[in-house]
Amino acid sequence: MFSDSCFDEMYAPDRTVRPHYGPLSDWMTQTVPERIAHMRQAAQMLFHRVGITFAVYGEESGAERLIPFDILPHIIPASEWRELSAGLKQRVRALNMFLHDIYHGQEIIKAGKIPADKVLKNAQYRREMQGIDVPSSTYAHIAGIDLVRAGQGEYYVLEDNLRTPSGVSYMLENRKMMMRLMPEVFARQSIAPVERYPDLLLEMLRSVAPHGVHNPTVVLLTPGQFNSAYFEHAFLAQQMGVELVEGADLFVKEDQVYMRTTRGPQQVDVVYRRIDDDFLDPLAFRPDSILGVPGLVAAYRKGCVTLANAVGTGVADDKSVYPFVPDMIRFYLGEEPIIANVPTYLLEREEDRRYVLDHLDELVVKEAQGSGGYGMLIGPTSTAREREAYRQRVLEAPHKFIAQPTLSLSTCPTFVEQGVAPRHIDLRPFVLSGKDIVMVPGGLTRVALKEGSLVVNSSQGGGTKDTWVVG
Amino acid sequence: MLSRTANNLFWMARYVERAENLARILDVTYRMSLMPQDTAVAQKEWFAPLNITGTLFPFSGRYSTVGAHDVLRYMVLDSSNPSSICSCANAARDNARAARGSITSEMWEVLNSTWLELQHVNESRLDTEGVSQFFDWVKERSHLFRGVTVGTALKDEAFQFNRMGIFLERADNTARILDVKYHVLLPSVDDVGGAVDYYQWAAVLRSVSAFESYRKVYRDVVTPLRVAELLILREDMPRSLHNCMNEAYEILKLLSTPQAREALRLAGDLWAHLHFGRIDVIFNHGLHEYLTDFLSRTAALGDEINRAYFTLN
Repeated sequence: MFSDSCFDEMYAPDRTVRPHYGPLSDWMTQTVPERIAHMRQAAQMLFHRVGITFAVYGEESGAERLIPFDILPHIIPASEWRELSAGLKQRVRALNMFLHDIYHGQEIIKAGKIPADKVLKNAQYRREMQGIDVPSSTYAHIAGIDLVRAGQGEYYVLEDNLRTPSGVSYMLENRKMMMRLMPEVFARQSIAPVERYPDLLLEMLRSVAPHGVHNPTVVLLTPGQFNSAYFEHAFLAQQMGVELVEGADLFVKEDQVYMRTTRGPQQVDVVYRRIDDDFLDPLAFRPDSILGVPGLVAAYRKGCVTLANAVGTGVADDKSVYPFVPDMIRFYLGEEPIIANVPTYLLEREEDRRYVLDHLDELVVKEAQGSGGYGMLIGPTSTAREREAYRQRVLEAPHKFIAQPTLSLSTCPTFVEQGVAPRHIDLRPFVLSGKDIVMVPGGLTRVALKEGSLVVNSSQGGGTKDTWVVG
Repeated sequence: MLSRTANNLFWMARYVERAENLARILDVTYRMSLMPQDTAVAQKEWFAPLNITGTLFPFSGRYSTVGAHDVLRYMVLDSSNPSSICSCANAARDNARAARGSITSEMWEVLNSTWLELQHVNESRLDTEGVSQFFDWVKERSHLFRGVTVGTALKDEAFQFNRMGIFLERADNTARILDVKYHVLLPSVDDVGGAVDYYQWAAVLRSVSAFESYRKVYRDVVTPLRVAELLILREDMPRSLHNCMNEAYEILKLLSTPQAREALRLAGDLWAHLHFGRIDVIFNHGLHEYLTDFLSRTAALGDEINRAYFTLN
């Protein structure tokens, strides 16, 4: 039921149930297996009917798959959450200040805290944003910060996601599902609600409208129904009560953005865009993009429309910049990071590289510019041949790689073939920044369904759980 | 609402109505062909659906004989025919999916499950289960969709564009049916009387579910003049051109915008001609000419609606 070698969310080392898991544990023992099996089936069916799927790239015919949902929640005590919440807000505040700085005075580079190359030569750095002021000086309005626990249960930030972070719709639908499946557990514990998210998101988006606009019009810009996260785009637009638009629905005239409606052009003030920078505007970035809006970036630079998240945030969530985030917190806020980074080796540094190549079988090596779980080497589970091939890749371009120790991620009881077993999880809370910084308690918990696997990505077979902040 | 979404809803509704009308036409043609008559004459019946939908030319490109087997195949199952029942169901579903946020779940589920069912329909199933049964099912699904819409959809702009699609398509289809069969309805000494003629007129009425209504309205024999009057000018007949334009005109008034003034004017003009028309005047003018003119005006109205609401600059 638990593993001795890593932190388990539900069971303490002496195998007793942690207090915040008490009511759930009681429920599990009191409920007959048949009822639980029935509940799991009902969840599957409901998710299918609503169509909460994720299109998987690379699969033949781009099949739509249901993201596996596990009914055993990830539970966090409120006291722990308070600290996490403070740490996350601190981090996102610093990241936004960093983004403002690198597109203005670049003080942090002048102070020698981060090499200029890492920022200015970064593929995600957008010169178009230099000198541009954005409302509330906020660039990453929606941030998804991936957290993991290791060792004795201490939290680390695994990765920042500041471009188009996704997963919040699963967080909301999972909670709805759980309240439907086990209302009696909700009655026994005080579980902080998350339903406010779309409200908070809309409020935040409205708060960053261009100066002087009263009653701003917000839209959600999607690449369309063939995008893997389309369900979330449609879901959030509907929950917020804003139009879901595609590039072709918008046009720019005299630097104002309009959408094509049956009553004529309607001015758009804030665009929550779920399209990457590259495809946003064929006049500014990739000219072959048919997903974007010609002239959008020009309107944006003139301050006639707000884009959330801003153009050019990718430089701050880049893996090669990640090791410097704790320094950003110290530099901009004069504070020590509340939540630590995972210790990270930069392979362009000679000592780091030497150490990493000597310990390939113990470490996780990733491309600094990669995404998700692709293109990485997980030392402990790799073969000698894989390590040798990876060593060659590193030697060819060491600056492209970073390495981290394999963390023994925390485990959480999960339903698997053989019954309930511990599986590794991570947590992605969402931080909203506008005039203020707000969060809903919890976030999306992702679970690696394969025994021993550390890969939680939905596109690689991971699943999700509901996340409860209790007490 | 977004122009693109309004366009989707408009066409979603048109495709459902189109599929229903096609099922009606094919069903009547099928029944007519079963009547005791010369095989050559029976064969000729099958030209009607092709003429009504204007698909005679593409049909002859793919099939060699105009007869029950090939026409049914072409008009029910052939996906290369954009007006086949399967193609219409597919298009309706695609449009619904693109406008998913603007329709209710029940509306979506009806179109989706209809499409799913049609994936399992093939020639052998049509043969074994019966062609008429299949057409009944198609009509039922269309009725269900309309019922679910009226029962669940918010009565907003989306709802109005949906309805507009229904009535424009219905007016167009009814006029086409009448036009193809007009020669049956032309008063001519030689044509008057005879069992075949009666069945022809009755078939026209049945294809728009108007046979029983005819009896109620005209408690008298079936005459070509009255058939035409019922289907063109009678306001109380749900499939008449007059009723369709009534609804379309009301909807355009509700959706009125400065850019849509011409669309409203065209609709009003069409409506006025129907509202104040007389059937003897229409027949003197020439029924075929009248219907051709009506079809080109409704096409112009469709273009104008497209310009005013769906494609803006």
